[in-house]
Amino acid sequence: MSAANKRKPKPLDRRRFLQDAARAAGACAVAGMALSKLATDARALPAQAIRPPGALPEEDFLAACIRCGLCVRDCPYDTLKLAELGIEGPATGTPYFTARDIPCEMCDDIPCVVACPTGALDHGLTNIDDADMGLAVLIDEERCLNALGLRCDVCYRVCPVIDKAITLERRHNERSGAHAIFMPIVHSDHCTGCGKCEKSCVLPGESAIKVLPRRLATAEAAEHYKLGWEDRNPMVDELIDLPDRLPGPGTDNLAAPGGYLPEGLPDPSMEGGFSPSFGLPGAGGSGQ
Amino acid sequence: MSEKTALPVGQEAIQEKGWWKAHRFLILRRLTQAFFLGLFLLGPWFGIWWVKGNLAGSMTFDILPLTDPFVLLQGIVGQHWPEMTAIIGALIVGVAYALIGGRVYCSWVCPINPVTDAAHWLHDKLGLAKGWQPKRNTRFWVLGMVFVVSALTGTIAWEFVNPISMLHRGLIFGMGFAWTFVLAVFLFDLVVSRRGWCGHLCPVGAFYGLLGQGSLLRVSAVNRAECDDCMDCFAVCPEMHVITPALRGADEDTPIILSPDCTNCGRCVDVCAPDVFKFTTRFDTTPAPARASRRNKQRQPEASRAA
Repeated sequence: MSAANKRKPKPLDRRRFLQDAARAAGACAVAGMALSKLATDARALPAQAIRPPGALPEEDFLAACIRCGLCVRDCPYDTLKLAELGIEGPATGTPYFTARDIPCEMCDDIPCVVACPTGALDHGLTNIDDADMGLAVLIDEERCLNALGLRCDVCYRVCPVIDKAITLERRHNERSGAHAIFMPIVHSDHCTGCGKCEKSCVLPGESAIKVLPRRLATAEAAEHYKLGWEDRNPMVDELIDLPDRLPGPGTDNLAAPGGYLPEGLPDPSMEGGFSPSFGLPGAGGSGQ
Repeated sequence: MSEKTALPVGQEAIQEKGWWKAHRFLILRRLTQAFFLGLFLLGPWFGIWWVKGNLAGSMTFDILPLTDPFVLLQGIVGQHWPEMTAIIGALIVGVAYALIGGRVYCSWVCPINPVTDAAHWLHDKLGLAKGWQPKRNTRFWVLGMVFVVSALTGTIAWEFVNPISMLHRGLIFGMGFAWTFVLAVFLFDLVVSRRGWCGHLCPVGAFYGLLGQGSLLRVSAVNRAECDDCMDCFAVCPEMHVITPALRGADEDTPIILSPDCTNCGRCVDVCAPDVFKFTTRFDTTPAPARASRRNKQRQPEASRAA
């Protein structure tokens, strides 16, 4: 050891050092690329694997979750489980649940979030009704009993946010012509994605209503369409307020200021009458 | 080398000290490994929830949080600032291992250690060649690579492949195909590279080695003058390069094994018939004269210079 230290460094040593470093760096680059591939692949969370309440978005979750399983241990309903390698889709060792097996019971004290030591389950979530684990979607309207005109209503009845997250909307039953269809409608602003509806769907096998990740279950709003019944304000503030055209002769039966006053209409000067609140340049029709 | 080199490893120690003294740290170590694993298994197997979680993060008696600082550090590099519970847990673990020796984790706690020890035992029995021997600093390259990948992908990168987590979490929460990683490490150590995984590649060991660089608890070759060159300590040591500076040092060199690679497993203490090694602290200044052969060698250059 000491002998090596005393030896004067030779050019050959430097060459050797550089070669070794290059070799190690190259090997690490190869191994690192393989590891990165694993790490990025792991983000592809299967649609039916639902993260616990308060889970950060998947791209942040994998840096935050240390896979300790404390959320699993503190879940009173054994809903949560850790993903096992090669058996389930989520990143190995991370917590998730399958709604059709055991849904989230939406505990008021949210023990899984409290148990999380790192904040992968956001400690800012204190009201379970604010949880956003996913969004229920009535995915098979061909087999949903309510959609067929029967009164099943189970998904609606079990919903912890009943009448807000799921409502029954009455529709005409075109098949019978005389009955109603009570269509289960999910409202995305109240659904927490707990999966109780999916669990309780009476159909054998797969459920007609399923909790999906929001990225799959929701579309982006059409900003370029204006929903006039929701927002009556003009889209462009400086929009020219064109004159309101009134019925009258000579202008396609629309009254112009100073024009003819049709019979039956009250005189503007009288009480209850009307008069244009504007004046147009020039007389008569404006050629519009 | 001496004629005793030819004897089976540890045989002389058993004859001189008795079977127990020649195996006590090995047995203690296995018991400790079983103890820590058992603590975690009490809950899932017997419903006694003293300890919840796994080696990455745990909660003991609902009050003591423990977190693997290496895992947490990868998360921070991956741009997640953890909650205080995890930070406190990592500090407790970090300080503890900084005091007793970072790689105490490797030899006394890590569940992969029995696997690689078993691989080495079989490797020895079969008399296989040592195979590929990467450079000692390879694990630090791997360590660096892990942090780089964590930063680039925003994940706790090593946890995708870490055989320690795979085995430990697998035993506690469900194995899936995680056993394939454990088998891979076993086969790697058995046929590809002697002492390859723990001794050359594992970045967890590299991290804990760095963590315990200044650890108090150390093994010292304090009776090195008694060494009879039977080489048994080198045969059992998983990081045999750590022994040489201490055992073969000159009078003025410390007999304490200061290399952070030393796992404080204590196997050298076991197998040494003349009891050269013992556990002590790094501040132990008990004088330890060098071996007679070493002294002779040292004198020769002086003599020649004088002449």
